[in-house]
Amino acid sequence: MTSAPNPAAYDETVGDPRHRLKVLLTNIAIDAFLIAFSLAMLLPLVFLVGNAFKTPQELLLWPPTVVPQSPTLDNFTSVLSDTPLLTWIWNSFSFACLSTLSITATSAIAGYILGKFPSKALNVVFGIILATAIIPFEVYMIPLYFQVKALGALDSLWGLLVGYLVMSFGIFLIRQNVIHSIPDELLEAARIDGAGEFWVFFYIVLPLLRGPLAALGVLAFFQAWTAFTWPLIVTSTKTSYTIEVGLALFQTGFTVDVGRLSAASSIVLIPSITLFVFLRRHFVQGVASTGLKD
Amino acid sequence: MLERKKWIFATLALLPTLAIYAAVRLYPIGETLRLSLHRWNILSKNKPFVGLDNFRELIGDPLFREALLNTTIIAFGVVIVTIPTALFLAALIYHRTQSRLAGFYETAVFLPHVVSLVPAAMAWKWIFDARLGPLNAVLGWLGVEPRAWLFDPTLSLVCIIVLCSWQALGYGVLIYLVGFKNLPQSLYEAARLDGASGLQSFWYLSIPLLKPITLYVSVVTLVSGFNIYAQAFVLASDSQGAPGRQVRVLVLDMLENSFRNYRVGYAASEAVVLLVIVLVLTLIQFTVLREKGRT
Repeated sequence: MTSAPNPAAYDETVGDPRHRLKVLLTNIAIDAFLIAFSLAMLLPLVFLVGNAFKTPQELLLWPPTVVPQSPTLDNFTSVLSDTPLLTWIWNSFSFACLSTLSITATSAIAGYILGKFPSKALNVVFGIILATAIIPFEVYMIPLYFQVKALGALDSLWGLLVGYLVMSFGIFLIRQNVIHSIPDELLEAARIDGAGEFWVFFYIVLPLLRGPLAALGVLAFFQAWTAFTWPLIVTSTKTSYTIEVGLALFQTGFTVDVGRLSAASSIVLIPSITLFVFLRRHFVQGVASTGLKD
Repeated sequence: MLERKKWIFATLALLPTLAIYAAVRLYPIGETLRLSLHRWNILSKNKPFVGLDNFRELIGDPLFREALLNTTIIAFGVVIVTIPTALFLAALIYHRTQSRLAGFYETAVFLPHVVSLVPAAMAWKWIFDARLGPLNAVLGWLGVEPRAWLFDPTLSLVCIIVLCSWQALGYGVLIYLVGFKNLPQSLYEAARLDGASGLQSFWYLSIPLLKPITLYVSVVTLVSGFNIYAQAFVLASDSQGAPGRQVRVLVLDMLENSFRNYRVGYAASEAVVLLVIVLVLTLIQFTVLREKGRT
């Protein structure tokens, strides 16, 4: 591999110009392939944004165009006036924020206590959390729906939130971090100096967990933001839909054309792509740690 | 004194989280198991115990069998497409880690995994569109007959597999990249000194060493494949609102039984089948990993 500098590789690449040329050409070929593949991955999203700016006539053109010939904003203005798109975005946004808040708070507290207060009872608790972590949400969402119904919280933000209050993986992630990166001595020293348990948690533990909590927060936000099945069954009036449900049901309407659908989709995609590009590091860290479960 | 205070704090702090956890996870999971043995039509107060009747009926239910078959095809199809592609891409991206473009590759491949599902599915729906979609246009240039991608029972499965693979690929690449970064460098140097080419060390070193990761990514991808719903929902209807062909997947069948046919107990028994599938997959993963650890 090209990374790790070692004498053998050094000799080879410097000593033999023909070999160096071969390495260079291979790298160029790999880059060319990766660039083409990356662009192909982005192509569907490019199509979508392109369609958002097309006129109805151009959308009927055959063969289809990629770049709009006479870009128009009509699709955007009409979709914003015909649908409560901004309300849906607001619903999704507040749902995702509250879910993130709840998941990071419960994970931080539970992860800390399960990690730093060793006892048999707590081990059993952690075992149960781990065992239920693998059960997909789809398995128990119907009984959960009836619980929300019994609470009278159907078709509301609070009903939505019920499904996304805790994340087993979040508790697991924080517990791992607490065990590996917070030394017992630090906590004991603070306790001996007379610090209360709350003080220890808020002023020592939480600041040290900033990194993993940020990663978890980003993960939780995107999880709620892209949720589909749960919001679909819990919400039932147009003004309480989340953006995913609103869009999915809007596209089944009879008078809907590709242009306006694409415009609505673009309005939704652009902020989440921007957010992702800014938070990529946290996100990658969070997702990568799901793969290190072992 | 200090100890006791510590434990009172621990109990009090953990209690709210545990209460929430029990209410929104443990209780509904238990309810799923309980309801699967009962008959309940939502309206009536009594839920008679019917034993395994629901499961017995499931075996003969053509709709359920269709859903199970479709979902299995989709889940395995996505794994077959995603795993080799992700491994290959991750190897190339890892090889070019020092390139200035590495960040771009990672972002581009990973973006489909994070963008909202419904808008992304809509983009694909237009691509697959029989009359105006670019897929048929490209096939036309190549001299291939246009097809009704979203209406043909087999092709619509292919469409869902393509869409799901596009979304799942980034996750696989990311996990493989972490795996590549953790591989022992010394082994590769030894291989190179012995005259192994890059391709050879990829085939004889990387692939065997990354086996646990391959297993993990496969199981995660399979499990999420068995739970798909949104992709089938969006790809189903035609863009002008004409009723399209909805690919019957497990979650769809479950929701229909519960909210359209008012057979909640029956739907719960389907959920239990889903649960069993997930448990079996996870069990296979752990067994294989443990055996690897032993040898």
